[in-house]
Amino acid sequence: MSRAVGLHLGLLAALAAAQFLLPDYHHGNLARIMVLAAFASAYNITFGYAGMLSLGHAMFFGAGLYAAGLAAEFGGTAAPLGLVLGVLAGAIVATVVGLLALRTTGVSFMIVTLMFAQAGFLTVLYFGEFTRGDEGFVLAPAARTVLGLSLADPATRYWAALCVFGAVMLGSLALARSAFGRVLAAIRENEERTRMLGYDVFRAKLMALAVSGAMAGAAGAAYALLFGYVGATFASIQYSILPLLWVLMGGAATVLGPFLGTLLMFYLIDISSSFTTAHMMIVGFALIGLILFFPKGILGTLRERAAPWLP
Amino acid sequence: MDLGPYLMLASLEGAVGAAVLALTALGLSLVFGVMRIVNVAHGEFYMLGAVLAWWVTSMIGGHPALGFVAAMVVAPLVVGLIAAAAERLVLRRLNYDPEATIVATIGLLYVIQQLALSTYGADARPVPAPIDFRIQFPWFGYSGYKLCVIVASAALMLGVWLVLTRTRAGLMMRATQYDPETARAFAIPVGRVYAGVFAAGAMLAALGAVLIVPIQQAHYLMGHDPLLLSFIVVIIGGLGSLRGTVLAAVIIGMSDGIISVFFSPTLAKILATLLVAFVLVWRPTGLFGARAA
Repeated sequence: MSRAVGLHLGLLAALAAAQFLLPDYHHGNLARIMVLAAFASAYNITFGYAGMLSLGHAMFFGAGLYAAGLAAEFGGTAAPLGLVLGVLAGAIVATVVGLLALRTTGVSFMIVTLMFAQAGFLTVLYFGEFTRGDEGFVLAPAARTVLGLSLADPATRYWAALCVFGAVMLGSLALARSAFGRVLAAIRENEERTRMLGYDVFRAKLMALAVSGAMAGAAGAAYALLFGYVGATFASIQYSILPLLWVLMGGAATVLGPFLGTLLMFYLIDISSSFTTAHMMIVGFALIGLILFFPKGILGTLRERAAPWLP
Repeated sequence: MDLGPYLMLASLEGAVGAAVLALTALGLSLVFGVMRIVNVAHGEFYMLGAVLAWWVTSMIGGHPALGFVAAMVVAPLVVGLIAAAAERLVLRRLNYDPEATIVATIGLLYVIQQLALSTYGADARPVPAPIDFRIQFPWFGYSGYKLCVIVASAALMLGVWLVLTRTRAGLMMRATQYDPETARAFAIPVGRVYAGVFAAGAMLAALGAVLIVPIQQAHYLMGHDPLLLSFIVVIIGGLGSLRGTVLAAVIIGMSDGIISVFFSPTLAKILATLLVAFVLVWRPTGLFGARAA
């Protein structure tokens, strides 16, 4: 077992052990952070590894959230099926959007994804009869059980969050170390040269987007099922920008960066909220400060200076 | 009311929206055209303009027109100064890298929004219209101020066009847009031109907001829709093309107004956003220029 694999399995083991040590408040927070970190990891596949700046990931997260939430609300589906539906919804939306949006690159790609996500958000509001728009709806306890265990119970919820996060993180690790991951990195560094070497750039980017969409959909569905609330906020632009911030902070194109960034940002806002309500100011200055002075993020800088083996 | 007058009312409402949108989008287009960057905080400069207009008018008593004229001067100046400072402190250090600029201006968006929320508050506040008369059509009465907005916006756009085509500053801007390297070789202070253009773009947004604020109220989240609509307009009109921007603003603003009256505003926005996505998908380089891609 290499150092890298050991480090990641070690983190999962530490997270599994942490739930027995943490006080209730942080226990609940960590479950939420793990689900959001799964979302950030999904964002990292396209932004970090493939170098595509998307401002539409809220659409994939929202697709998973609403697929699981609406299926439970109107179809009475069980939680595991909801998760599967969420993954499918995220992957399908990402593939369809990708087929269109990947005809553009750079700034145009960012605006096209932003526009599609905005259209998705407005669609959620437009069908307010079913989605209840901004107000959202709360899932019935019956829809939130797995193998007879209620996901509303903190211990079950923690394990479920850990499973989702673990699957996404190990998936990212496998992807980063695979030949496909190297092709994505090559596209990020020089798209033209990769094309010249004979790789199908469009197909690789579309696959990256589909994988990222599936992961984001899984995170969205898990969020709906674990925390029992589905609302339009999760499909708004804010939820496209937050994963960008988390990934930038932790380090783009590092497997653990998204988790570290989500953890730090979550507690930065949590701690600061005891003496100020100006959350947006912190988010704003964090974005500006990171892009100005620290564009590689924490783990990216660490990898550059001390640990080149970090995946 | 019959369909005819109803349609006329809808077109008038659409024209007012289009006039302000054209002004706001012109600012975004100018910044993109000359600097090749996308300013995501553009909507917040618009919001700042409206909030400052409320501040100035509520501080100056007397006739509403007095405060309004003061706001027309003060709000754009303050917003321009803030934009110039942001350009010097942040964007210049990023070397105007397109993607880094997007991230930084998203940060700026949050900072400005929070500043407005913390100081101005979460309430929507009205600003009295500087003039108060109604034009009586045979079917309905219409606010005279709204018609003045259309005229004022057209006059301001004419002003922008005159500055760009007839003055030395405009020549410097166009030279920088055409080729910054060569412009620098001809002793044009490209850095200062960038700061000036970024400030000017923000000032146009602020002016648009001051004009609209007697009709809509000032609110700290009001920058959101103008930002998205400006994106739409700038893309459909073709980036850097100011004439295209104005034309697209008229089309989008009018159709937005008319669809909103007859159907739902949400549906109008869904259609507009999808339209843009598809324009960009099918004409990615035609509208955005090869350099930005």
